Amino acid sequence: MNKSVILGAATVACLSAGAAAAGTLDDVKARGKLNCGVASGLVGFATPDANGEWGGFDVAVCRAVAAAVLGDPKAVEFVPTTGKTRFTALASGEIDMLARNTTWTFSRDVDLKFTFVGVNYYDGQGFMVPKELGVSSAKELDGATVCIQTGTTTELNLADFFRTNGISYEPVPIETNAEAQQQYLAGACDVYTTDASGLAATRAAFEAPNDHTVLPEIISKEPLGPLVRHGDNEWGDVVRWTLNALITAEELGVTSANVAEMAAGTENPEVNRLLGSEGSLGEMLGLDAEWAKRAVMAGGNYGEVFEKNIGENTPIGLARGLNAQYTDGGLIYSPPFR
Amino acid sequence: MTTLTDPPKESFRLSMLIYDTRYRSATIQVVALMGFMLAAAWLIDNTITNLESLGKTITFGFFTEPAGYDINQRLLDYQSRDTHLRAALVGLLNTLTVAVLGCITATVVGVLVGVLRLSKNWIVAKIMTVYVEIFRNVPVLLWIVLVFALVSESTPHPKTFKGVDTGAVVVTNRGTYLPEFLFSNSLGDLSFFGASSLRFNVSLDLIAFLVVLFGGLFVSRKIKRSADAVQEATGIRPATWWKRLAVIALPIAALLYALGFHLGYAELKGFNFKGGTHLRNSLLALWLALSLYTAAFIAEIVRGGILAISHGQTEAAGALGLRSGRIMSLVVLPQALRVIIPPMISNYLNLTKNSSLAIAVGYMDITGTLGGITMNQTGRELECVLLLMAVYLIISLSISGVMNVYNSRVKLVER
Repeated sequence: MNKSVILGAATVACLSAGAAAAGTLDDVKARGKLNCGVASGLVGFATPDANGEWGGFDVAVCRAVAAAVLGDPKAVEFVPTTGKTRFTALASGEIDMLARNTTWTFSRDVDLKFTFVGVNYYDGQGFMVPKELGVSSAKELDGATVCIQTGTTTELNLADFFRTNGISYEPVPIETNAEAQQQYLAGACDVYTTDASGLAATRAAFEAPNDHTVLPEIISKEPLGPLVRHGDNEWGDVVRWTLNALITAEELGVTSANVAEMAAGTENPEVNRLLGSEGSLGEMLGLDAEWAKRAVMAGGNYGEVFEKNIGENTPIGLARGLNAQYTDGGLIYSPPFR
Repeated sequence: MTTLTDPPKESFRLSMLIYDTRYRSATIQVVALMGFMLAAAWLIDNTITNLESLGKTITFGFFTEPAGYDINQRLLDYQSRDTHLRAALVGLLNTLTVAVLGCITATVVGVLVGVLRLSKNWIVAKIMTVYVEIFRNVPVLLWIVLVFALVSESTPHPKTFKGVDTGAVVVTNRGTYLPEFLFSNSLGDLSFFGASSLRFNVSLDLIAFLVVLFGGLFVSRKIKRSADAVQEATGIRPATWWKRLAVIALPIAALLYALGFHLGYAELKGFNFKGGTHLRNSLLALWLALSLYTAAFIAEIVRGGILAISHGQTEAAGALGLRSGRIMSLVVLPQALRVIIPPMISNYLNLTKNSSLAIAVGYMDITGTLGGITMNQTGRELECVLLLMAVYLIISLSISGVMNVYNSRVKLVER
């Protein structure tokens, strides 16, 4: 009996190993759920609310993809990952996509064999210090103790920044953002460094956010975006164009409020192609005609998602800045739907 | 003419492999071995195929590339431009540091608690029982996190020391600063391996100190031998303690004076204390928690070892007129050691392997460097984990090798 259980388990393992090699899109459809890797708790980007419902800027990408592919934005299994576990989780097939403020770098793309499908937030690394330290520039941080999330690009930027400026520091490696927040507030470190958006989100969760300040230096480029495994271009296209659909929707003025109305057909052919009343873009992706409509309905267009989760009216209070549409002087730009 | 015919030989039939008891056990073993090898081959083949389909190959070339990250506690000189190999070495030394410190502390505390648990004093015995049961039955990771929280939450921030005369030992929420040993006429360092990733320096001051110390110990032993000889011959033991102390202490004092030995105290400069020996809270927490946890097990082993010695031995030694301290050190403990050492080895191994929980408090051991940041930055999971396993295997085998040698020295010599 025991043996047959083991054999059964081995067979299941074989089957699932075999299935992982097939197209991810088919897998997701067959499973009826999207496995999406997110941060293990970063206010505004990915955090479960009081009812255990995940929400946030990165989570919205997962929900949009689930809505486009499966027709249900709630059909997502959120897998919390840390800076260290995220790539293994994606490479091993445990998750179908990773939307966890992950920086797009050459080596991650080429050497780690991932495909970054785009950028959903242009960020840069910053420093947060308590105001009472009286520090106004990162270059005054000689000898400071710095809390840093291990396994991130920020770790490398930090080392480079202090080395090139000829100042010393003491790194305190920390696994998750929550731990970093606790250590920083306990005074175990003078400075917390991570992406500026992460700093804003972390600070928003403090009891007294105004006692802390983010220093003006931004020491790196951190284009954050969702990523998938190398080699499955069909799935990569689905995630890429779902993100682009949200961006294009904002550009064309399609919002969650008017999307149903516009889907019936408009004067603008690009809106029609996007929402499926004209052409067969959805079919080309292996989805149905209304995929983009559902993606926009899931949480709104890019701008709505931004404003709802991390925008200026939220406790996090991030300005659009670089993340405005290119028409407004930002970098957010989607290739055309044609 | 005679013909000789052998009795017909029983020919070998295939069914004998199962039904003949001479062959059956061999058959079962061969089948089991083949099954095991098939399973292993399937696993390895699966790994290789999957790595290939991901387009990854197994390579260790990343070891020579710059690591790019900084490590706070380093016993070797290291900065972020050094290679991943050197980062792994720094981590390895950190692992060994906490393992050695932990093993020593755990042994001292464990033996003490084990003996005290047998005390006739009811309160002492019960307190030790409570200690052992609490520490043994809660996972060590929780102890590490608890101790870390205690040492970092209950201690003051460095800035509270502003303008305060701090003295020799400073306890802050970023670690404890002890005085460091400084030499104004230092002999310098001895460097090995030039500028390669394996380079290291050995302080000549330390070597000189060790030479003088061992010289003193050697002479002190000679004095003891001659005192033993006098005692054998005359029955009177000459008082030698002051001679033995002097031959060790005086040369060391002279050496330290010649080297210009003085203590360096930590001073508050900017954000943190500078100078002194910095024991980070991560090291303290890991060291204390691992020691106290393992000590609880060692205490039980020691108690069991002592209880294993028949009470008749104690009574017999008492009848010969030995004092109770002498009975313990000359009669009971030497015999108890035979029972104590083998399980002690596995506890030392456990402590060393448990030190890989260091990342919970941000202590940069080899799991944190090679198995953590290096693995993450290079994406070479398989290579790093295999290497990490090899490193722990080598450390563990070395510990058990050394301890087995010691065990064979104390065990009963059978004639």
